[in-house]
Formats: sequence, C-alpha cells, structure tokens
Amino acid sequence: MTDSAKYISHLELGERDETFLDSNELIINMGPQHPATHGVLRVILKLDGEKVLGTECVIGYLHRGVEKIAEHRTYTMFNPYVDRMDYVAAVSNGLGYCEAVEKLLNVEAPPRANYIRVILAELNRLASHMLWLGTHALDIGAMTPLFYTFRDREEILKIFEKYCGARLTTHAFRIGGCQYETYEGFERDVEKFLAFVPPKIDEYEELLTGNRIWLERTRGVGVISGKDCVALGVTGPVLRASGVKWDIRKAKPYAAYSDFDFEIPTGQNGDTYDRYLVRMREMRQSLRIIEQAVGKIPEGPIMARIPKVLKPPVGEIYHSIEAPKGELGYFVVSDGSTQPYRVRVRPPSFVNLQALDMMVRGALVADVVAVIGTLDIVLGEVDR
Amino acid sequence: MVTRLKQQYGTGIREASTYLGQAYMVVDFSVIPELLQVLRDQEEFDYCVDVTALHYPQREKQFDVIWILYSFAKNERIRVKTMIADGEALPSSTPVWPTANWLEREVYDMFGIRFDGHPDLKRILLPEGWKGHPLRKDYGITQQDQEWVQINLGIESGQ
Repeated sequence: MTDSAKYISHLELGERDETFLDSNELIINMGPQHPATHGVLRVILKLDGEKVLGTECVIGYLHRGVEKIAEHRTYTMFNPYVDRMDYVAAVSNGLGYCEAVEKLLNVEAPPRANYIRVILAELNRLASHMLWLGTHALDIGAMTPLFYTFRDREEILKIFEKYCGARLTTHAFRIGGCQYETYEGFERDVEKFLAFVPPKIDEYEELLTGNRIWLERTRGVGVISGKDCVALGVTGPVLRASGVKWDIRKAKPYAAYSDFDFEIPTGQNGDTYDRYLVRMREMRQSLRIIEQAVGKIPEGPIMARIPKVLKPPVGEIYHSIEAPKGELGYFVVSDGSTQPYRVRVRPPSFVNLQALDMMVRGALVADVVAVIGTLDIVLGEVDR
Repeated sequence: MVTRLKQQYGTGIREASTYLGQAYMVVDFSVIPELLQVLRDQEEFDYCVDVTALHYPQREKQFDVIWILYSFAKNERIRVKTMIADGEALPSSTPVWPTANWLEREVYDMFGIRFDGHPDLKRILLPEGWKGHPLRKDYGITQQDQEWVQINLGIESGQ
C-alpha cells in the first residue's frame, strides 16, 4: 500500500464485473439526497457485507463559485457572500473575511468592535455546536436532543436578530469594525442567556454522556490519531479530540481573544465519543469567554477610520480564525484596485471531510453515518 | 532558516521576505519537490494549510502556485510560491502532505494546473467532463459549458 493510499482510497469503479462471481463486494451510493449526509454529499461506498472497504466522496453539488464572485465584487460587496458558505456559523465567516481585509488595509478594528465580535462569534460557536449535537444525535437514533438544542439555539438567534436583523446569514460585521452599535439591553440579553444555557447543556449531557446506546454507537468509532489528523490537515474539535492541543484563538490570537482566560479541551482517543466530549466542553468554554467579555465591553467607536472606497495596497495576506469547524482561512490578493484580485477560502469542512475515508475504512455501514456527523461538515462550505 | 535554505538551494530561492508580518518565499519551480520535503522534515512545517493558485494571463509564466504551511512546533506560518507556465506540470506534494490530495484536485479543477504523481487527479467541485477552468481570468463570470448543461441537465442554459 502506498503512503497516499493509506489516507485516501481511490475506488476503481469500473473493475467490479471481473470479480463479481467470487466476491461479496458491493458498491452502493449514499446520497446525494440522504438525510444523514447533512446536505448534498454523495459517498460511494465499497462494501463487503456490512464492512466498509473504501469510500469516495463526490462533492460539488452546492458549488456556487464564491471565489469567482469575489473577483467581480468590491471588497465591501463581497462581505455578505461569505455568510453563505458555512451558513450555520455565518458570524465566524464574516469575522475571518473582515479581519483579513483589515490586515491588508493595515487597519485595526477598535477595541469595542473587537469585544462585540468575540461575543457574537462565541455565541455563534455555541449555535453551531448545538445544531451539530442535535443532528448528530438524530443520525445515531436519539431524537430528543434535536428538539432541545433547536429550542436553545433559538435564544442565540434571537440575540442575532435583535442585533442586526438577521438570524442566520447575519452579515454582522463590516470591514473596519461593526456596522451596528449594540442595542438597548444587549448586555442584559446575553447575561440572561449565560444563566439560561448551562443547565441546558447539563441536560444534553444527562441524555447522552452516560447513555449506553450512545456509548456503544460512538466509542471506538471513527478513530483517528493526532498524527494522521495533522497529515490530513484536519483542524478544530476533531484535531483536539485526537490529543493535539491547538486552537488558533490561543496559537495566533485575533480579535480580542488574548484578553480572555479559557482552556482548550482535548481528548485522548480520537473517537466519536471524545469528539462529542470535546465539543461539549468547548461550549462551556465559549460561555466563559462571553461571560468575561460582556461585563467589560469598552466604550468607544465601533468603526475604524477607513475610506469609503476600499483600495488596499498591492499585496497578499493569509488570515485564519478558529471557526466552529476548524481553521477557516482567507487568502486575499490585492492588485490595488477596488476589487480583490483573488480571494481564496480555506474551508475547514472541505479539508476535514477528506479524513472520512480513513476513519470509516474497516468499520460498519452504520458507522459511516456517525462519522459524517462527528466531522461536523456543512456542505455549503465544502462546495463553496 | 532562510539563510540555511539559501545556502542549500542558492538561486533556487529567488526571494524570501515578509509582508505585513507574514513570511513568504518565492522559489524556482525546479526546487519544488525537494524544498517542500525539506521544509516538512527539517524545518518542521508538518501541516499543509492550503494549496492554491493565482492566474496572471498577461505574464509569460501565467500561474503562481502557493503552499501555505504551518509548523506546530514553532507556531509559524510560511507561504511558498512558485511560478509556472500554462501547460507545465508540477510534482504533486501528496507524498509530503496527504492533505494536498483534495487541495491539488481543486487547483486542477479551477485552474487546469496538472500535478505529476497525484494518485487521482480529477475534477472535484465541477462535474467530470466539464470544459474550462473557471478561476482563470479569461473565464467569464457567467460563462458555462453550454454543451454539458444541455446534455446533462436538459435545459438551454443554466443562466
């Protein structure tokens, strides 16, 4: 087996007939329309009975050419488009893009804007993890958590709606800071949420953490080592659950993250259960960050002094943030005009999905569903 | 690190500098497979963040191919950039970083740059059989493969 085949198998789909009579190999399609693929993802499975011999992902069904669109819009006009990539964590997408362009312009958002950004981005992380938990548990067969998490996620979306008028594709930030001042009672709403949500997380954990069915379905499923994660470029909670303590909020702090005290939860086994635990603990850490931030939002302007027409100097920049799914990077190239010469998005879901094949090889068909869920992919971001 | 690499590769490394605090290197494409291997093995850039490309149609060597690398040990990022002409192929970096597999496929899909030794170089986001590479500058924003659309979707135009 060559080295690359260790990580990603390449199915030779044409050769099946020769071995048809003396083997039990079966090639089936999962998706693109399948409730457990979280969107339009097609996975070709090569099976020996219930056992998975190899997989191949077919993606691109949601490809909208976001990177091409960027080249035909001004820097400001492109901003709302990034929300449509990872549509369950739109705030993070916008944060990464705005900060990348700010770096290129060599301006910094004022401290007040940075605090608002951190609060909203962490709320969004919670919302994203809640949605992940609900759908992941539903895939595995536990229906109740879905209703609980959607109920509680609603509270976050209400705050977004009150802040900027939108619930999902928020377009909350602008290049140079924030468009909107916090509304009357923003702090109170966030504090109310901070008191409201920890018992709810306890409730989710009560349902799942010690649940025997949950343990059977997740423990030892989709194991990936830290070394393989690094080789495959996997980031985010998946990497941390394999024991690599790395988070961009700590490694290369952005916005106001260096002001706050929080931990990076890690796991040891790199299985689906550890990834579940890591995300649960991350939710509590997000609450900690919001708690520290909301009490001391500095006074001052929310917008840096930037020109009406943005013309960054010729050059290129790579900036990445810790999105709920992993490292979300923007590589922006300017030719000195009002439109970017190129915007490359480094999507965490796309890169993480590459690990699916390695994680499910040798496992059972039912585990494929669990592993797709645990990778926490959003197809809008995979396909862009 | 740069001086060490410069000693080893001489003029192969054309430029090594920083812009807005970010380190980058412009290198000759002949040193590419070796240099990337050295960066991973000796300089500990064990995480390949991204592989991407840029198109400058008016240049003789039309494409910039860029690797963004990260080192966990040093907490450092570096961009390695090389230039190639249309039709030239680069050696694949999949043996160095398995993650380059899909990233290179995307570069091939969007720019038509070939990577020699890639285990399965085919389109990834666009359908197999599509003509044209959309992120090239000479590809219009509303342009599409009319023939493909008519045959496979049964409609006159996707626009």
